[in-house]
Parts: sequence; C-alpha cells; structure tokens
Amino acid sequence: MSDEADLSRRHFLTVATSVAGGVGVVLAATPFVASFKPSARAQALGGPIQVDISKVEAGAMVRVVWRGQPVWVLRRTPEMMQHLASVPDSSLKDPGSNESDQPAYAKNTTRAVKPDILVVIGNCTHLGCAPIERFDVAPADLGPDWVGGFYCPCHGSRFDLAGRVMVGSPAPTNLPIPPYRFVGDNLVLIGDDTGASA
Amino acid sequence: MSGARTEAAAGNGRMAQLIGWIDERFPLTSLIREHATEYYAAKNFNAWYVFGVLAMVVLVIQLVTGIFLTMNYKPSAEDAFASVEYIMRDVQWGWLIRYMHSTGASAFFIVVYLHMFRAMLYGSYKNPRELLWLIGMVIYMALMAEGFFGYLLPWGQMSYWGAQVIVSLFGAVPGVGADLVEWIRGDYFISDITLNRFFALHVIAVPLVLVMLVVMHIMALHETGSLNPDGIEIKQHKDSRGIPLDGIAFHPYYTAKDLVAIVIFLALFAAVVFFAPEMGGYFLEHANFEPASMLKTPEHIAPVWYFTPFYAILRSVPSKGWGAFLMVAAIVLLFFLPWLDRCRVKSIRYRGWTYKLALSVFAVSFVALGYLGLQPATEKIFVYAARLFSALYFAFFLLMPFYTRAEKTRPVPERVKYHAAE
Repeated sequence: MSDEADLSRRHFLTVATSVAGGVGVVLAATPFVASFKPSARAQALGGPIQVDISKVEAGAMVRVVWRGQPVWVLRRTPEMMQHLASVPDSSLKDPGSNESDQPAYAKNTTRAVKPDILVVIGNCTHLGCAPIERFDVAPADLGPDWVGGFYCPCHGSRFDLAGRVMVGSPAPTNLPIPPYRFVGDNLVLIGDDTGASA
Repeated sequence: MSGARTEAAAGNGRMAQLIGWIDERFPLTSLIREHATEYYAAKNFNAWYVFGVLAMVVLVIQLVTGIFLTMNYKPSAEDAFASVEYIMRDVQWGWLIRYMHSTGASAFFIVVYLHMFRAMLYGSYKNPRELLWLIGMVIYMALMAEGFFGYLLPWGQMSYWGAQVIVSLFGAVPGVGADLVEWIRGDYFISDITLNRFFALHVIAVPLVLVMLVVMHIMALHETGSLNPDGIEIKQHKDSRGIPLDGIAFHPYYTAKDLVAIVIFLALFAAVVFFAPEMGGYFLEHANFEPASMLKTPEHIAPVWYFTPFYAILRSVPSKGWGAFLMVAAIVLLFFLPWLDRCRVKSIRYRGWTYKLALSVFAVSFVALGYLGLQPATEKIFVYAARLFSALYFAFFLLMPFYTRAEKTRPVPERVKYHAAE
C-alpha cells in the first residue's frame, strides 16, 4: 500500500458522510417543523360547531365563532332574494365566485346550499376587518343603488347579500364560505361537510 | 505579538502577571489589539459614521430591558395584556423598563436606516465589502422579524390585527399559502398558541441569531477595514511599520468620538422615554391600548412606522399576490446593491450627478412611502402617490446598472481629505 492518500476514496467518504449526516439533520428537524402545526388541542377546539337556526327569523342573522372567526348565518327574506337577483353581474368583481374561497356546493349565485340560508365568514377579504350588516335599502350614506348587503367600515368594501364583493371595493374576492352541511332542517354543522355534494 | 507596544502589560507587576496568565490561555491582548487599539480606521470619519456603534448601544438596551420585561410578562392570550399593564403600573420602575424597550425598537430602526443610508452615500457596500453588506442586510431582516414578533406580545388590538394582516400575507405564496399561514399560526386564527411561539422567537431565537450576526458583521468589517467618506482604501498607503498613513487607532480615538455620539443619542433617547414614549402614536399606536378582540377590527390598521414604506408598496397594488411580491422584492433588491451599482467610484463626493439624483429620489421615495403607509387607504390621492413613489423606488434599483455605468465621475484623491475636494 502506498503512502499517498487515496483522494477518490476520501472524496467518496466525505460525500457519503455529508449525505448521511444531511439526511439525519432533515429527519431530526422534522419533529421541530411539525410541532409548529396546530396541536391536537387546537385541532379539537377548531372542530365543527353545530348551530340551531330554528329561532332565526327571516331577515335575521346570528353570529357564531368558529376557529376564532365570526361566522354569520343569515336567513334571507323573499325580498332579499329578489334584491340579490337584481344585482347586475357588471357591478360585481367576481359574480361567478371563480376567484373566491368557498366549497363547490356554495359556488352559485346565492352562494348557499339552501338558497335562503347564507353561511359566510365575516372577515373582509381585504385586510380581515369585520364588515357590518346593512340590510336597509337605499340609505343616505350608501347611495340609492344599495339594495342591502354588508359594508366594511375599515376601507369601504361593499358586499351584496351573498357576500359577493362589489366593483370599486378594495377587497379582492367575495367573503369566504366555510365548509358546512345541514344535519337537520334547522341544524347547521359548520366546519364539517363530509357527505355533502356539489 | 511584537513587544513594541505593551501598554496592557505596562502596569504594575501583579496586573501584568495576571494578563500574562490570561494571554497564555485566552487571546485577550491580541483580541483587544486586533479590534481596538491596533484596528486602524481612516482619520476623516464624519458624523455619518456613528450609527453602527449606536446600533450596538441600542442592541444592548434592548437585550437588557427585554430580559427584565420577560420576568413579569406572561405570554398567554389570557394574561398578556394584563401583565403588560401590571408592568406599567405595579412593577417597580416597570414603566421605565418597558418604555425603554418600546422606544428602543423605534430607535433601532432609525439608527439602522441611517447606518444603511451612510453605506449608500459612501459606497460602503462595494467591492471588497459585499459580504459585509449582505450580513448587514440579514441583520436588518432579523431585526424586522424581531420587531414583528415583539409587536404581537402586548396583545393589544393593533398587535392582533397587525399580526393578522402580516401573517395572512404569507397566504399569497402560490400553492402552499394557506398551509403556510396555518403553520406559522399553529392554529386556525391568531391565538394563544401563536402568541406563545412568537414570544419564544422574540426572546430566544431571533436575539441569538442577531447577536451572532452582529459579531460576524464586525469580523467582516475588520477584515476589509472601514471605508471612509472619500471612499478610498487607506491600506494602499502604509508607513514602514505597516500602519495606514491615514489611519488612526479605533481605541482611543474613535471610542472617544463615539462616546460623544452615544451621550447625544442617550439624551435624545431619554427625552423620548420620559416625555413622549408614545411619540404621538407612532412608537406605540393608540389602538394597542385596547386588548385584542378577534371580533372587532380597529378602524384603521397601520403597522408601526418602520414597516410603513413596505406596507405602502403592498397597498399600492390592487392585487394581493402582486402586492406581496413587490413588497418582498423591495427588500430583496437591497441585497443586490453591490452588483447593481456598476460605478467604480465609491463615495458620493466624487460620483456624477446621475447617482446623486437617483439617491435623492430614492431617499425621498422611501420617506414618502413611509408617510403614505401610515395614511388610510381610502383617499385616492394617497393611492396614486404611493404608486408613483413605489415606481421611483424600484426605478432606483432596476435602472441602476444603466445610470451607474455611464456615470461621469470626478477624480478620486490618493489620500483622504477632511472635506470633499473642490
């Protein structure tokens, strides 16, 4: 055996050691990276909630908290439905909800499973403010074209009665619809839509 | 080390013996020489050259006050707001320690922005100091992370909604955005869990990185040597002992000079801490005196002033994805400064009118964006102004290779001067 170092062998060993060590580092880092994900408790607290809407009259809205976000459940009146249908597509940024966040079964004009029941997350898609409900028609401050909807006091975003954003608002997309399904005629399960179809 | 200069060991026998004992075990004397008594910096530093030292002073203030704040602060959604009020009202001198920390955060950015502008004035980022600049930029990023994490801790309305806005920006990352946001929060909203981890990052992770980066920054600086307002290398003219002819020892000359700057700085700092700790809502925003409420957004969300230039760029774009992209690009472009600038002359003293104009436009744009980022987004005129200044901000960087290549410079002197050559 010669005294000269076998450089190719040394090179191989260096690379092999580095690769093995690198794999070890990645594996060791995995639990730390994964520990950042929602804990079991956070997941449990973020589980679905059941809302009884039997006492919600037509034209009334209830607010519930799901995953720290305000979720609105609105029972739309027949007039509201007419007003909603009267909103021209040209005044909406995303009339077909193509850019917006909702389950497939809520991707329709009423953005709902049952046309009269709107379930929507009350977080403005602009910067996360909470819009306020303005169901009055043609009030002085919102102008004669206002047929009822939601108005964000932070930066003036306007949404119709299906949470669709109007042209001229800073908010880019419609209000998000959470996953939900009806477990009874007047019982909504928010946060769980297993078995629901589009 | 040569025995020519042994002031350290020139004391009485006992002291010399002790230092000798240490030096055999730890490079004390040689470290002091290398980084202070025999570190030569150009003799013509002006006032722009104090901000590096001031940044270190603020770092120490933040570390010390921060340690004492953690002794009474409780990082939980339930207790955080109340524990800050407890520090303000019940803890002996707690109000002073907290106001020093909150004022220190703003002071850090004032000092660092001036420090960075100094580098742009005199070409301190140019060959061979590119790494020095890059390490500095990483420090700046770490500082922004530190400011952001720290701002959530008081758990006030602005803490909460500011974090909500910034964290949701990560949702603009294509593909993994939503998962990334969830990973950062550790929950489905900004919650107790988020607060707890931001606390860990703010008091342990980022400060450790920051201190290590500062050490690297100084090591890189002392490797190349400090530049000077003339932008020339003093190492090119050395005396027979190898000492730069235009250099003076950092200690005692610049330590003495820096001490003056530190006294002036501390006087201003104390004035803010004692008389205007909220600084009219710029250092401590009014909305943050209300506890965080996840169901009610403040009327007007604005980050603290040191983020507003980038926030204005974000808001000036009507698309969330592009807005976030441009905001990140505005910071990333700074990293490339050493390579975007093609001019061989370093100091603005001898550079052409094009760079002087461009740098002025950049400085005005940065300040204007900072102002606009604080304004409500509803005024049309502000939106158009933000777009104009964003465009100018990016033009400064993206056109730099062109306007610096053809720059008409003036001859650079051989040796440093105390004033720009006529």
